[in-house]
Order: sequence, then structure tokens, then C-alpha cells
Amino acid sequence: MSRTVLQVEGLTKSFGGLKAVQDVGFEVREGQIKALIGPNGAGKTTIFNAITNVLRADAGSVLFDDRELLGLASHQIAKLGIARTFQTTRLFDHMTVLENVMVGRHIRGHTNMLTAALRIFGAGAEEREARNVAMQTLEQAGLAHLAARHGAELPIGQRRLVEVARALASGPKLLLMDEPAAGLNMRETEQMGEIINDIRDGGVTVLLVEHDMSLVMEISDEILVLDRGAVIAEGPPSEVRADERVLAAYLGQEVSD
Amino acid sequence: MAAETVPEPDEHAEVRATARRRRAENIQLLCFFVLVALIPIFVRNPFHLHILIFIGLNLMLTVGLNLLMGYAGQVSLGHAAFYGLGAYTSGILTATYGWNPWLGMLAGLVLTCIVAWLVGKPTLHLKGHYLAMATLGVGIIVHVVFRQWTPVTGGSAGLTEIPSMTLFGYEITSRMHVQYYYFVWAWVALTMVLCANLVVSRPGRALRALHDSELAAQTLGIATSRYKVRVFVLTAAFASIAGTLYAHSSMRFLSPTPFDFHTSIALLVMVVLGGAGTLWGPVLGTLTVTALHEVLRPYTNWDIVIYGLILMVLMIAMPGGLSRAFGSIWGWITRLAGRGERDDT
Amino acid sequence: MTSSQVWQLLISGLTIGGIYALIALGFSLIYNATNAINFAQGEFVMLGGMITAASSSAWDIPLWLAAVFAVVVTTLVGLLLDRAAIRPARNAGIVVVIIITIGASIFIRGLASIIWGPDERPVAAFSGDMPIRLWGGAIAPQSLWVLGTTLVIAVAMYVIFEYTIVGKAMRACAVNPHAARLCGIEMSRMITWSFVLAASIGAIAGIVLAPITMTQYTVGIMLGLKGFCAAVLGGLGSGLGGIAGGLILGVLESLGAGLISSQYKDAIAFIILIVMLLVRPRGIFGKPGGEW
Repeated sequence: MSRTVLQVEGLTKSFGGLKAVQDVGFEVREGQIKALIGPNGAGKTTIFNAITNVLRADAGSVLFDDRELLGLASHQIAKLGIARTFQTTRLFDHMTVLENVMVGRHIRGHTNMLTAALRIFGAGAEEREARNVAMQTLEQAGLAHLAARHGAELPIGQRRLVEVARALASGPKLLLMDEPAAGLNMRETEQMGEIINDIRDGGVTVLLVEHDMSLVMEISDEILVLDRGAVIAEGPPSEVRADERVLAAYLGQEVSD
Repeated sequence: MAAETVPEPDEHAEVRATARRRRAENIQLLCFFVLVALIPIFVRNPFHLHILIFIGLNLMLTVGLNLLMGYAGQVSLGHAAFYGLGAYTSGILTATYGWNPWLGMLAGLVLTCIVAWLVGKPTLHLKGHYLAMATLGVGIIVHVVFRQWTPVTGGSAGLTEIPSMTLFGYEITSRMHVQYYYFVWAWVALTMVLCANLVVSRPGRALRALHDSELAAQTLGIATSRYKVRVFVLTAAFASIAGTLYAHSSMRFLSPTPFDFHTSIALLVMVVLGGAGTLWGPVLGTLTVTALHEVLRPYTNWDIVIYGLILMVLMIAMPGGLSRAFGSIWGWITRLAGRGERDDT
Repeated sequence: MTSSQVWQLLISGLTIGGIYALIALGFSLIYNATNAINFAQGEFVMLGGMITAASSSAWDIPLWLAAVFAVVVTTLVGLLLDRAAIRPARNAGIVVVIIITIGASIFIRGLASIIWGPDERPVAAFSGDMPIRLWGGAIAPQSLWVLGTTLVIAVAMYVIFEYTIVGKAMRACAVNPHAARLCGIEMSRMITWSFVLAASIGAIAGIVLAPITMTQYTVGIMLGLKGFCAAVLGGLGSGLGGIAGGLILGVLESLGAGLISSQYKDAIAFIILIVMLLVRPRGIFGKPGGEW
């Protein structure tokens, strides 16, 4: 069995009186595609936010390559090799697609304000390198033709792809994807599934939150089911699909919907 | 990632277009500075040169402020204070204590950067426009100090007998304005080139990124508050140098008035009116506002009424600023021309 | 310094503090509706005082009629500012709106200087100048007018925001503009209301203040800035905070000027602003994480 990349233990976060995530523990192994699923309000995005310290967890531990992440700032966590995408895409709307992906290269660069302004100490070479790598990333994602477009001009499907490309440009070990298929049509969702598979095959471990069950069942190696902030089931898709508590949680959801 | 790649005729065409645009900007900058260098051949009137020097000083302030506001999305309502700190520090150290103006400039720079850092550090890690509120306060406090600390600053009566700037032993602030014109505009050119380089670099992209989404920027490894503080201190430093240049200009005199709240606001107006976040925005804004003031000067009392009115009308008509409005007009013209050509073939 | 002198400082601090409080209310009203700072807020105050002074002396009408006239005209100016300048730029971003209010303040101030000239103008105190003796000190009747007016307006605002449809809708817009829109609340009407209310409150502040300090076309600048300090001190967007911030600022400024240094009087409010931003940036009553 491959080694553990991410180990979450006892993760707890409440908002006022509401316990959004309660004593959640799980692990993600290298090369896995792991999905977090659960009804709305189950705490999936909160877990992502706690891992990347967008929200500070109340208690628990998140180990990434045996390093504790809780207490580190978001930008430090990114430097360790965790990239993420957002449920509502957060492209840099006033920058071109190419520039967006170049921002993804940020942690790989060294130029600071002084060397950039004066164009010294290899600032130019680093800039060219960043541009080339970003362009390659876009080509691989089939987005090269959009390079000069601005983030704000793109439809949701392309925004999601650009966001993924931007995250990948940083060369992460672990990619957190928050509802990568939300807002996509069936064909785009299928394409996103292939892309996620390719990302994994490229050596990046993937942890995703997703509502599209057919996508989740098809691509995930393992699924973690959450309900009201707690883990109710964990295992490969075939097992989770048959789990009664999962069915109950989802059926309850559908009835209330 | 093997998404179904639609074969493009030339995948890098878009990138080349971007590079071409950047080259065009460099050429525009070059042309601008050539024009600036040629101006004294035609303009010999000392008063006009004085105005041109003053425009240059304002440009140093607005180019920096544009970096802060247009690119990093942070508002400063007290930039005149940093301008004043550079002017008064150097003015006092040279006039009262006989320092060399270059050392005065350095001292002003250090003091300004410390003040900017003290203001920026605690306010910039907060979400929201706390920097704007704090700089508003600092701007007014600094101005009150200039006005009231009479034994040191000379108070409202002003600080007099500030010595000239020297360069390799030559006094460059002589009665001839031409030398000082070139000296100031060399600084302006330096500021503009540095800023133009910065915005298309790794840290420049980081600034623009945090403007659009601070959260996304952080999760991509950008230490956003550190970048905001740095760019704020950098723009304060530009303002400080401009202040020192002002202090050692041919007037050899400093009073608190040019460094008050109204100047801070005027600078803000120049940036936004010209087009925040564009290369030529601060230039257009600074020229427009200065020209408006000069043109309206004869209409006593009515001048500020007309100025206020024009300001409102321009901002309503062109919320993106003059540079973007010109840009879209230019794009429209070239498109029309392009269509014409296509019709011919 | 005797205790009666301190008492005097306290009274004059509370008086000017009441004015700051009213101006702060104006800032918060417009901030809640637009997220922008209205740099013309101080000019509403100036207009209130100047129109009262000019119309009562020029047309020989009773003071109360001049005051009503001033409030009406200033409110119309606020309405016009919203309709002519703010509404067309609604989608342009906060900084552009701020620049437009800066343009408006310059415009209004300029017109005022042309119409009324640069002289300071007096306004008669509403109920004479005989100081009232109170707890061993004296208090000018006009100070009581200022404090009474502040109290009445504070109560009126409370009633408007708690019990009227318009007030509730304005609160909803401030809390969550998107949800408010979904409930059918028209944002632009709320912005108009905020300008109307802010202008009339500003005018009233200018009118009750005018007998104490005299009035001039430039008074709006500093009053506006200090009212802004008061709003931030209390928590920008909070009505109660604005009132508290104004009174606290007024008292501290008066005591600071009287006991420490009158030279640096104009800096005191801004030093307090900076200290507040460092210690508790959201202000005394502000919501955490508020934008702007």
C-alpha cells in the first residue's frame, strides 16, 4: 500500500453554535483520487478550508508529509505542495488566462520587487521560464487558444479548467478540488473526469468534493461520506454505494429537497 | 492533461500578440521620454518649465499611487504626507544642519519608509480599506505637525534658504530651470520604468492577483499582506524622493500647504481620472488635472466650481478613466479601418 | 486647572461631539447603502449653516423658517447629488463613486464661495446667550440645543430603522444587498433614501452648530473629516456607534486641546482614529470583518 500523504485527525470547526465539522479523521494515500461527499452542509468545504487554513480549525491535526499544517498560513501551505480550486471559481478576472496560470508558478519563482523592477539577478530569465511553463500547462489542458483572454470573459466550464491549470502550474503534490463539476454540462463533466484521472496519472494526489455522484463513483478510488460534520462511511465506491447509512443520509436529503 | 485538443492554426499567436503589446508599450514609453527630453528646446519660459517640473514631481507620486491603487487595489488618502516627509526631512537637515541634500534625501527616505511601514503593517493584514482610513489620519497629523512645530519646520511662515541639489559638484538648482527639469524628469523616467517592469513580473502579478482575489492568491502561495505592505512602502518611498526634489527646487522654500489633505485627494483624483491600473493612466490624469488648473486659473472663484463639475462629468462618463476611454476609442478606430481594408480586398 | 474649567471643556466637547455624531450618522447611512465614503457629507453641514445665515439675514425671515428652508434646500441637494451623479455611476466601483463625491464637494464648496463670499457669518443663538448655571458650571443654551437635537435625531433614526418599512429595507440592504434584492428591495431607492437622510441630518447639524462657531463656506472640510473619524471610531455603518464615537471624539478632543495642547487640536481626532485602527479596527460597535 502506498504511503500516506495527508492525515487528518480530530478536525473540529464550529461557527457560533453550529458544529460544521466534528472530530473528522481520514487519510489520503499517494496517487489516490479520494472524494468527500455528503449532503449540503455536511462540512466538506469547511474541511478544505481548514486544510488550507482559509478558516482556522478549532481543534485537530492535519499532517501533510508528516508536517503539521494547522497553524501555518495559507501561502506557506501552498509552498509545501498543496494547491486547490474553489467551488465558486476564483480566477483573477482582470488578468489574462496566461497570467492566471503564471501566478500559479509563483512559488517556483524567486524574483522580488527590487530585482523585478530593476530586471536584475535573472528576473528576465525567470519570467520567460514562467511564461513557457504556463503556456505548456495551457497547451496540455487544451486551453492555449484562450491564453490572451481575460478571466472575466470566460464561461464557467473554461473558468474551471483554467483554475485547474493554474493550480497544477504550481507543481503540487496534492490537489484539492472543490466541486470541479459544478455548473458544467454532461459533456464537460465527462471531460473533467478524464482530466482528473490524467492529473492523478501525472503523479498528483487528488482530494475532491463533488455532488455529481456518477462522476464520483466513476473516478474515485475511495470515498469518504460526511453527514452533519461527521464521518458516516468510508471505503471504495462499491462499498459506499451499498452502505445503508449513506443511503439514509442522501434519501433524507432528497426528501427535504 | 489530455483534453481533446482542438488543433489551432498557431497556438502561440495569442502569446505573441501579448508580447507585441508589451513591446508597443516600451516604444510608447521611449517616445514619451524623447518628447520630454526635447521639450526644453521649445519651451524656454521659466514659468512654463517650472510647471513642467511640477508635473514631473506629481507624476512620481501618481505613478507610485497607481501601482498601489490600480494594481494592488489599496487606497491611500495620505500620500501627500510622505511627499512632505521627504521634503521637510531633507529641507530641515540641509537648511538648519548643513547636511548634503543627497544625505537629506536618504534620511527622508528612511523616515518615510518607517512611517509607511508602521501605518501599513497593522492595517494591511486586515480585510477592508483600513489603509485608506489610517493614511487619511496620518496625512492630516503630519500636516498639522508641519504647520505647528514652528521651531523646527518654520510653521506656516515656512522653511527658507534650502540649499541646492548638487550632482558631481555642480549645483543643479540654479536660476536656469533647464538643468533641474532634466534632473527631475530623469527621476520620473526611472520611477516609470521601474513600475512598468514591476507590473509584468512575478511580484507584479502577485499584486494584481491579490487585488482580484486575495483568497485565491494566498492559496497559490502569495504572502498577500507582506506584498501589500511592501508595495505601500515602495510608493511612499517614491513620494519621499519627489518631496526631496521639491524641497531643493528653485523656490528653496517649503510651506505646509502643498502637503495637505487636498494634495492627497488631488493625487487620488489624478490616478482614477487617468485610469487606475494602466500604464498611461497616471500620466493622462496628472496632465489633465494640472492643465485644468492652469486653464481655469483666470476664472477666479469659478475655477473650482468648473473643476468639480468636470471631475464629476468625466468620472460618470468614463469610470475606467481617460486611458481606457482613449483605448476603446482607438480600438474602435482601428477596427473601422480594418474593416475598410478588408472590404477593399 | 480648576474643576469648573474641566467642566467647561467637557460641555464644549459634548456639544461639538454631538455635531460629530450627526455627521457620523450621515457617513454610516450612505456607507451602508453604497459601501462608499461620501466626501460631500461635510458640505451638507456647511450648506445647512450657510443657507440659514444667509436667508435669515437677507430676507428678514424668522430663524426657524430660515432653518426649515435650509434643511429643505440641502435635502434637495442630496437628492440631486444621488440622481445626477451617484446613480449614473452605480456600477462603476467604489473608488469612482468616492471620486464623484469629492468632485461634488469641490463643486458645492465653490458655488458657496461665489454665492456667499469668503466671510464668516453669524447666526443668532436659538434661545439667547444667557448661560444656564448647572452643577456649579455654566452651559450655553445653544449647547443644550445641539445635544437635544442629537438625542432627538438618534431616537428618530432608531424609530425609522426599527419600525418603518423603508428603515427595515435599508438595514436589509446593508446586511446583505444580494438577499435584499431577491426580496424585491430596490437598491437604488435605498441609496436615494440614504442620501436624503444624510443630507437632512447634515443640514440640521450645521444649523444648530452655526450660532456657536459662526459659519463659512469652508467649514465642511474639517467637520466632515472629523465626523468620518467619529464614524470609524464607533464602527462605520453602525448608528449607535456613530453617536457614541462622535461624543467620545468631541470630549477627548476638547480635553486634549484644553489640557495638553491647543496647537495640535486638529490632530487629536486623527490620532484617536489611528489608535483605534491599531487597537480595534472595526470600531466600538462595528461588525467584525466589515469591508471598507
